[in-house]
Amino acid sequence: MRFVYMGGILMATENAPEFVITDELAQKIDRVLDEHERDATQIVGVLLDVQDLIEQKYVPQPVAFYIAQKLPIKVSVIYDCLTFYNALSDRPRAKYPVQICRSVACKVNDSDTLFETVKDVLGVQPGEVTYDGRFTIEEVPCFGACDVAPAVRINGKVYGHLDTPDKIRAMLAEFM
Amino acid sequence: MAETNDTKKTEMVHLKINNIPVEVPAGTMVLAAAQKIGIDIPHLCYHPDQAIKAKCRICSVEVKGSRKLSASCTTVVWEGMEVFTDTQLVRDTQVGILQLIMADHDKDCLTCPRNNHCELQTLCARFNIQMPNLPDVTKMRTTENTNPAIVRHPSKCIKCGRCFRVCKDVQGVEALTFAGRSSDMIVTTPYNLPLEKTDCTFCGQCSLVCPTGAIVEKDDTQVVLDALQNPEKHVIVQVAPAVRVALGDAFGYEGGAIVTGQMVTALKMLGFDKVFDTNFSADLTIMEEGAELLQRIEKGGKMPMLTSCSPGWINFIEKHYPSLLPHLSTAKSPMSMFGAVAKTYYPKQSGVPVKNIFTVAIMPCTAKKFEAARPEMGRDGMRDVDAVLTTREFIKLIRYVGLSFKDLPESQFDSPLGTGSGAGAIFGATGGVMEAALRTVYEKVTGKEAKPLEFNDVRGFAGVKEATYDLGVRKVKVAVCHTLLNARKMMDRLEKGECDYDFIEVMACPGGCIGGGGQPYDTTNEIRKKRIASLYEIDKSLPYRKSHENPDIITLYKDFLGEPLSDTAHHLLHTTYHQVHKLYEFK
Amino acid sequence: MGNEVKFITKNFGKYDPMSIDSYLSIGGFAGLKRAMAMDGEDIASLLAEAKVKGRGGAAYDMGRKWSQSRAVKAPHKLVICNADEGETCTFKDRELIKNDPFNLIEAITICGYTVNAQDGYIYLREEYRHLRPLLLNAIKQAEERNLLGDNIQNTGFGFHIHLYSGAGAYVCGEGTALIRSIEGKAGRPRKKPPFMKVSGLFALPTCVNNVESFSIVPHLLMDDEREYVSYGSGESLGTKLVSVGGNVRRPGVYEIPFGTTVRDIIYDLAQGIPGGQSLRLIQFGGASGKVSDGRILDTPYTYDDLKAAGVTVGSGSVLVVDSRTSVLDFLRMTQEFFSEESCGQCTPCREGNLHIKLILEKMARGEATQADIRDMKKFATIMSISSLCGLGESAQNALLSAMKIFPKIFEIGGAA
Repeated sequence: MRFVYMGGILMATENAPEFVITDELAQKIDRVLDEHERDATQIVGVLLDVQDLIEQKYVPQPVAFYIAQKLPIKVSVIYDCLTFYNALSDRPRAKYPVQICRSVACKVNDSDTLFETVKDVLGVQPGEVTYDGRFTIEEVPCFGACDVAPAVRINGKVYGHLDTPDKIRAMLAEFM
Repeated sequence: MAETNDTKKTEMVHLKINNIPVEVPAGTMVLAAAQKIGIDIPHLCYHPDQAIKAKCRICSVEVKGSRKLSASCTTVVWEGMEVFTDTQLVRDTQVGILQLIMADHDKDCLTCPRNNHCELQTLCARFNIQMPNLPDVTKMRTTENTNPAIVRHPSKCIKCGRCFRVCKDVQGVEALTFAGRSSDMIVTTPYNLPLEKTDCTFCGQCSLVCPTGAIVEKDDTQVVLDALQNPEKHVIVQVAPAVRVALGDAFGYEGGAIVTGQMVTALKMLGFDKVFDTNFSADLTIMEEGAELLQRIEKGGKMPMLTSCSPGWINFIEKHYPSLLPHLSTAKSPMSMFGAVAKTYYPKQSGVPVKNIFTVAIMPCTAKKFEAARPEMGRDGMRDVDAVLTTREFIKLIRYVGLSFKDLPESQFDSPLGTGSGAGAIFGATGGVMEAALRTVYEKVTGKEAKPLEFNDVRGFAGVKEATYDLGVRKVKVAVCHTLLNARKMMDRLEKGECDYDFIEVMACPGGCIGGGGQPYDTTNEIRKKRIASLYEIDKSLPYRKSHENPDIITLYKDFLGEPLSDTAHHLLHTTYHQVHKLYEFK
Repeated sequence: MGNEVKFITKNFGKYDPMSIDSYLSIGGFAGLKRAMAMDGEDIASLLAEAKVKGRGGAAYDMGRKWSQSRAVKAPHKLVICNADEGETCTFKDRELIKNDPFNLIEAITICGYTVNAQDGYIYLREEYRHLRPLLLNAIKQAEERNLLGDNIQNTGFGFHIHLYSGAGAYVCGEGTALIRSIEGKAGRPRKKPPFMKVSGLFALPTCVNNVESFSIVPHLLMDDEREYVSYGSGESLGTKLVSVGGNVRRPGVYEIPFGTTVRDIIYDLAQGIPGGQSLRLIQFGGASGKVSDGRILDTPYTYDDLKAAGVTVGSGSVLVVDSRTSVLDFLRMTQEFFSEESCGQCTPCREGNLHIKLILEKMARGEATQADIRDMKKFATIMSISSLCGLGESAQNALLSAMKIFPKIFEIGGAA
């Protein structure tokens, strides 16, 4: 499936240009596969690492088929994993996916303000991507940062105590 | 006691189901134990030939001493167990689960291909399902019908996983997968690709096990009905050997019943101008394939030779083992040979202009729809086989015209393409093509009839069978396998040079064509075995049991084809294969 | 007064988690060395006598589990450390790994020795990926010192530990889902039997324990003073890590002796509810846990006392919700979680979670009828008795317990 952003909304269309695996990316993927001993049982870890290699933090269709051929593993297993696990994606995300915890411990600590402020600052709704492809908002379940609630997580790093709009803006400014 | 093995007792377990004492062998599941005393515990994901999934949960029952309900498909009986299948709690749960399924199911039952033959519908009728409060949460998803064989209606999927299991565990293909989770979980292809772009071979086993209308064969009944109504068309039909031992299932016969006579009558009453037999062209296939085998042996051709009758198998090897394509016999399948003869020899013989001839094939198979659509299977822009119907579609036609099948008299196939030998009949069983070929090849090489004529080593339901036969001048080593998982194992060995066979028969479906993806619903391995036995019974009952003795075949060669592998035969009865390129190929 | 104790957490802050030398200098790996001089059955007995229960949620007797795993005869057996703590408001395992990774490696190895396993797997949730380097380093350094690997300390016992990453799926905390994930598949649970101890990961006999359960073991082996069993009483001996969060002044992980009252945990250790708000409810043991209200405050935190009060220890979390959040809103948040996290394969959980979510939303809009409430209860019950795995069975614990504790919320005037 190929994707294009139209007004911040992701559209699947055959007309979009297909993701191209450059030689450089292929080498990097091969390295990830080596690090995982070319072991098909490690596919989840492989996909997490490969996803990090791609600007928009997802596993494009050609990349999935590439991994399937090289491991080897059935591409159906890869697709199942990509759509099953929260942290994996089969469609483009963004350079900085802003993951907002929507579980109870954060919500009762007013993560709604956090949520509204992030939407306001970035100008997108959850699932949409900013015009420059840099930010997207994702609502995620508890990532175990309840002691610093309300919190967000961006590319693996947790930012906590985001209990005022100013703190939230300051946190986002780091990435702008 | 000499018969210790036969009399060895399995440990028996005693339990009570709804206070009725039951005795079953240890290891039996509650679902099966209940069946033994005539209680049908509702089930959807359960399938007797598949690994236990325990996903649908509708078979939940109460077991005394257990805090929760137990899924009877996966609960093993124990001594002194007390099971209750009809308490208020069990009923509420079973009905509740059905309501949950129905709230997420495209309920266009009246226009559904499975209408009246749907396991979900049957359960809803049984439980008198009402839909009081639950909102309809069905996500309408696009129907996929871009290939000639299989149609997917994802909105009718109840996520039971039967299709996934058969595709993975029996066929080793894994074209289908679960994807997503929670209420968004679906059964689909990788990246929702259309089936033809996946590893799918169109074997149709998924459509055979699907309990609803989520995966069905592409319906061509209307095409055939239209042709039958068209006064310009001379519509002739061929029926595969496996159909006559399966068709009866839908009309109240015991599994494996031989209904050839009624079947022919039904076809004539449907309005077909001529009713012919694929057994005839199965004999023709043996003439060509047998000659090809001998030629390869004598002239040092690519060995071992692989059979080429099963279209699911052909799709499989073209996609997955293109380097092995030279091993495939170039002989077309019986269906396509029939089509070629029907559009060349038959017009000459009958005087009907070829442009008026419409050929229909009734097949146990969904992949045959794909085979018939191949450009190689025709000439001058015309298809040799104009329409392929599965056994299931044939059943629909019989119902459509309102025939009381069981009451029909028996009648005979028409001439000249209607006589088949016993060798042609057993094509429908795993090992049958091999045995048919051996009967002819043995006689051609040794000059005498094989005694006995039955090649028992290649018979039976084992996944892989092998045997060596002494033809005097040399021995031939053969192997037979069925299901694509076994085919894959065999091809992996072949690739590594570990197959010292001369001839390998491969059938895509379990049991061979009698277990094909287009056969009647509720086909199980038990029923497959009965159908196989029936084919051997037909074989024994026929006056000719070797393909080369079939008088119509002798005439065809004399009048039209000349010799096996002649130029005409090559032109009409042989084909070529092509590598099917994968969506992506990386170096 | 609530007092924190340091038994499981006694190494916290005492050594550099990146240095095995530092760990050895405070007596690290003494537990393993002592264990390797013991008979495995005696190690299991030690756990049984201390009545250690699994800390992942099921509270299964750990000595019994190890003894049963030990009894399974097979040439290749496995140990899994479940570090996929996905229950909401649960972050004790995070602290254990962050502060004391070597103790965990030591403990898993002791388990391997006890149950005669050759390989150990740590399944670390994706959300804790930042802790990977700590664990990889600990494994590497332990191997370098021959405290892990082939023929450990010339005892003839060999054991290897592999680190696997989750990818964001709550359900993978369930044992059979976890093993599927390690096997390289989507983490959908499978039916039981076969049980893990007989046929688990890669169809090999597998002994699975939670991070906290493991972390107790080295300390218990070296507990000559019998400090651990001096805490608590009855079936709840020793100490427990609780993760306190939600509307409290000082959320965090506290190690408490069993028997500390809920009030002491919330109002003393976590310093109570801020902003002058009053207590609405407390959820114990994660999203799959049951709820109670202020009536439970004086209950001692033990397995039996909590059970008698209608809740369970579960994952050890104590989630405090103050009066600014209504019970209904709380239930909707919890339901939202399960509606996302159900694996989707079994009907009651896949469809039930969706419909209960819809009914809760209807309630929030003020449109729900008595029939809706009846349906909600009916389907919650069906889920809890007929789902395939523990997720489906426990997903409606919050709702069903709230229906008992706060019946008025579910009373709707007018017939349907």
